[in-house]
Amino acid sequence: MMTIIVVIAAILVVITASQLLKLAELRAKSKGELIYELTQEENKAQGAMLLLFFFVFMGFFAWQIFAWGDRLLPVSASEHGVATDFLMALTFWVITPVFILTNGLLFFFSYKYSYDPKRKALFFSHSNKLEMIWTIAPSLVLTVLILMGLSSWNQITTPIAEEAEHVLIELTGQQFNWTARYAGADKKLGRSHVTLIGGVNGTGVDTNDVNSKDDKLAKGEFHLPVGVPVQFVFRSLDVIHSAYFPHFRSQMNCVPGVVTQFNFVPTKTTKEMKALTNNEDFNYILLCNKICGAAHYNMQMDIIVESQQDYDNWLAEQKGI
Amino acid sequence: MSTHHTKDFLFTYIFSTDHKMISKQFLITGFLMGFVGLIMSTLFRLQLGWPGESFEVVELLMGSWQEDGVMAPDKYLSLVTMHGTIMVFFLLTAGLSGTFSNLLIPLQIGARDMASGFMNMLSYWFFFISSVIMLCSLFVEGGAASAGWTIYPPLSALPQAIPGSGAGMTLWLIAMSIFIVSSLIGSLNYIVTVLNMRTKGMSMTRLPLTIWAFFLTAILGVLSFPVLLSAALLLTFDRSFGTSFFLSDIYIGGQVLDHTGGSPILFEHLFWFLGHPEVYIVLLPALGITSEVISTMTRKPIFGYRAMIGSMMAISFLSFIVWGHHMFLTGMNPFLGSVFTFTTLLIAIPSAVKVFNYLTTLWKGNIKFTPATLFSIGLVSTFITGGVTGLVLGNSALDINVHDTYFVIGHFHIVMGLSAIFGMFAGVYHWFPKLFGRMINNKLGSLHFWITIVSSYGVFFPMHFLGLAGVPRRYYTFSEFPMFENMVDINELISVFAIAAMIGQLVFFFNFVYSAFRGPKAPMNPWKSNTLEWTTPVEHFHGNWYGDIPTVHRWPYDYSKVDANGEFVYGEDFIPQTTPLGDNEKDGGEH
Repeated sequence: MMTIIVVIAAILVVITASQLLKLAELRAKSKGELIYELTQEENKAQGAMLLLFFFVFMGFFAWQIFAWGDRLLPVSASEHGVATDFLMALTFWVITPVFILTNGLLFFFSYKYSYDPKRKALFFSHSNKLEMIWTIAPSLVLTVLILMGLSSWNQITTPIAEEAEHVLIELTGQQFNWTARYAGADKKLGRSHVTLIGGVNGTGVDTNDVNSKDDKLAKGEFHLPVGVPVQFVFRSLDVIHSAYFPHFRSQMNCVPGVVTQFNFVPTKTTKEMKALTNNEDFNYILLCNKICGAAHYNMQMDIIVESQQDYDNWLAEQKGI
Repeated sequence: MSTHHTKDFLFTYIFSTDHKMISKQFLITGFLMGFVGLIMSTLFRLQLGWPGESFEVVELLMGSWQEDGVMAPDKYLSLVTMHGTIMVFFLLTAGLSGTFSNLLIPLQIGARDMASGFMNMLSYWFFFISSVIMLCSLFVEGGAASAGWTIYPPLSALPQAIPGSGAGMTLWLIAMSIFIVSSLIGSLNYIVTVLNMRTKGMSMTRLPLTIWAFFLTAILGVLSFPVLLSAALLLTFDRSFGTSFFLSDIYIGGQVLDHTGGSPILFEHLFWFLGHPEVYIVLLPALGITSEVISTMTRKPIFGYRAMIGSMMAISFLSFIVWGHHMFLTGMNPFLGSVFTFTTLLIAIPSAVKVFNYLTTLWKGNIKFTPATLFSIGLVSTFITGGVTGLVLGNSALDINVHDTYFVIGHFHIVMGLSAIFGMFAGVYHWFPKLFGRMINNKLGSLHFWITIVSSYGVFFPMHFLGLAGVPRRYYTFSEFPMFENMVDINELISVFAIAAMIGQLVFFFNFVYSAFRGPKAPMNPWKSNTLEWTTPVEHFHGNWYGDIPTVHRWPYDYSKVDANGEFVYGEDFIPQTTPLGDNEKDGGEH
């Protein structure tokens, strides 16, 4: 019934609008105006509206910063994240003025130079000097951003050397959960392959490999010691997943058939972060960030960052293979 | 003289080989597909804005795809996937390029038709079949494809992984393969026509920027679409014939699959080798249209004609060597990541040149605000707003934390989606008299523009904030994460704007249909424009010009050209390309 009423109403609206349009066109015709030529006042009004739009747009932008600024991610909880946050801020300091200025010029020119039959437009077809300026200026700015970005990128993506002090963790993604495996005292992960999956061995660890003897497994949540570099390796059992740690500014895809890696140094314990964000319920999380199936929206794992001692105690309680 | 005339309905309206009719066919099919894509986005915005609530309209439109008006998670993913596919390929590739390349290439270069009218017709009908198959895929068992428009395997290869990867995915691959054939036939035709069929005097440096844009777009399409075709075929092999190009070491549904040795990353490379040029296949025609509209409507020559061509060439070339920036986090060699960061950020330079050239064209102009002008100005704005955030995403170190978040959704919808659709609207309003011989109502056109720009910035601008808060894309709901609880009202706001945007498009559809049949008759050259299409009669016939094709004597941008006394040369503020050069007159914008 509701549908029928809506359809009838829509038809009526269309008929009314058509009649009104026809009327407007007849009126314009009788006055000798061209319907597609705006009168000078209408044209001026459009120009003014464009300028007004610019101010509304900038107001909307400012309002968002004001209203939502505190909803962004808290300060980085990893060492490299501080550097990338700085570069991010620098980039925003570059692009925000460009965004405001160029949009401003665009809408201001639209307002200022709206049609006036008494004025002639300027025949200005090119200027090598101007074009040179706006080729070179962005190039210089870009050079700085590229160089800073690449030096950060190289640092972040270099794996931790085997002899350096670190924790080695394998994260395995599957529809729709994560499993963490700790390398244990020998700092070596045992081999694994999908063909070995069976029974309690959910990720296919080779139990005959000596390196797997002291490996530890964790599900639901996993712990990290604060201030110690963590070397992650990633696997997937089925489709592509992506291990996203927003608070640590880290992310890496988990690809079936391929082992990927990423490392970071957690710098703030969960407790410190709770205090810092003034939020008792704060928790670090790992979430899946590559479309992986119907329940993709709920593939997560809690992360607890704590002191070395608490971490050691927790790890000792976890079960082995 | 004009070629054969036929009054036969079937061959005039259906199997036409006249480029103007084919252009209208592309336009209308493209818009119908776009409307489907728009409805889909409104449906999934309802879910994101008010998660888990029941909506009568969802129940009405989605039938057995939902329970009690609440969308199921995998159907949400289907909608997202199909929305992306339809908008990127069917509306903004075929709809945009197909319409305006077909309409304008012969008319603006001075040719009676495309090099091959038959191939042109074939191109449309392949596109039509492809559209029908893509729409049919919505109704098969398991639902439409739901692995995202990028269809990464193994998700897209295994029906066990998600129901949409069954019959829906098969039809998706068939439809896309046919689509690619259509695009290739069309593009080859455009390239050949531009190179061989220009009228006397129409040198490459006298071509309107629209033609340069369509020409470069066609080259991009010819070089990159076949790579997607090969990816689609290999994926079909993996899905149906047990090969392992993209699959290896998979355990799913309690079973180890016997695929081994392949790599999904290979697929990503093949996909993005098309996928990134595709961005410019969508964008360049819109930029070309804008150049033409801005110059005509400001009554000024486009600033830096040669720089505009140069920057379009630079963008086209660079677009082939940046695809890896979509894959920074796939575990590929970090050195490769560095190279792709470098090439990606280079694209900012020609893009900046284009923006500054548009601004200088507006400066000291005499601007008439037709709906086409408004949408062109809208395009320059979205191109800036969406473009600057590219400096964040293109920088691999920064991409790590915003990759696959709403920051990306905001960025590409503004810089690619909005810019391209604004360009397309500008084109439709500007060339409506040429397409339908009637004028489109410009008051409704302005209304359409204002609703569209306000609501679309309202939809996509806040997404940057979501992204910086770490909110991932392609999530059915955010209610499972306490850290995203305070995003509910932002999502609601976005959804309200999305509904407004959809209603705004109804204004356009009404205006379009009404004006095509009932609008006032168009004069021959309503915008006092210089280019050749306005020298053809208003009514369409196969062959475009009665008598000889006009000869071209000058570049297309002689607007407001004044002599030494400051008076307009020839007394008008425009000089058509067919006007011979005066004794002391120089061509190409020189005084």
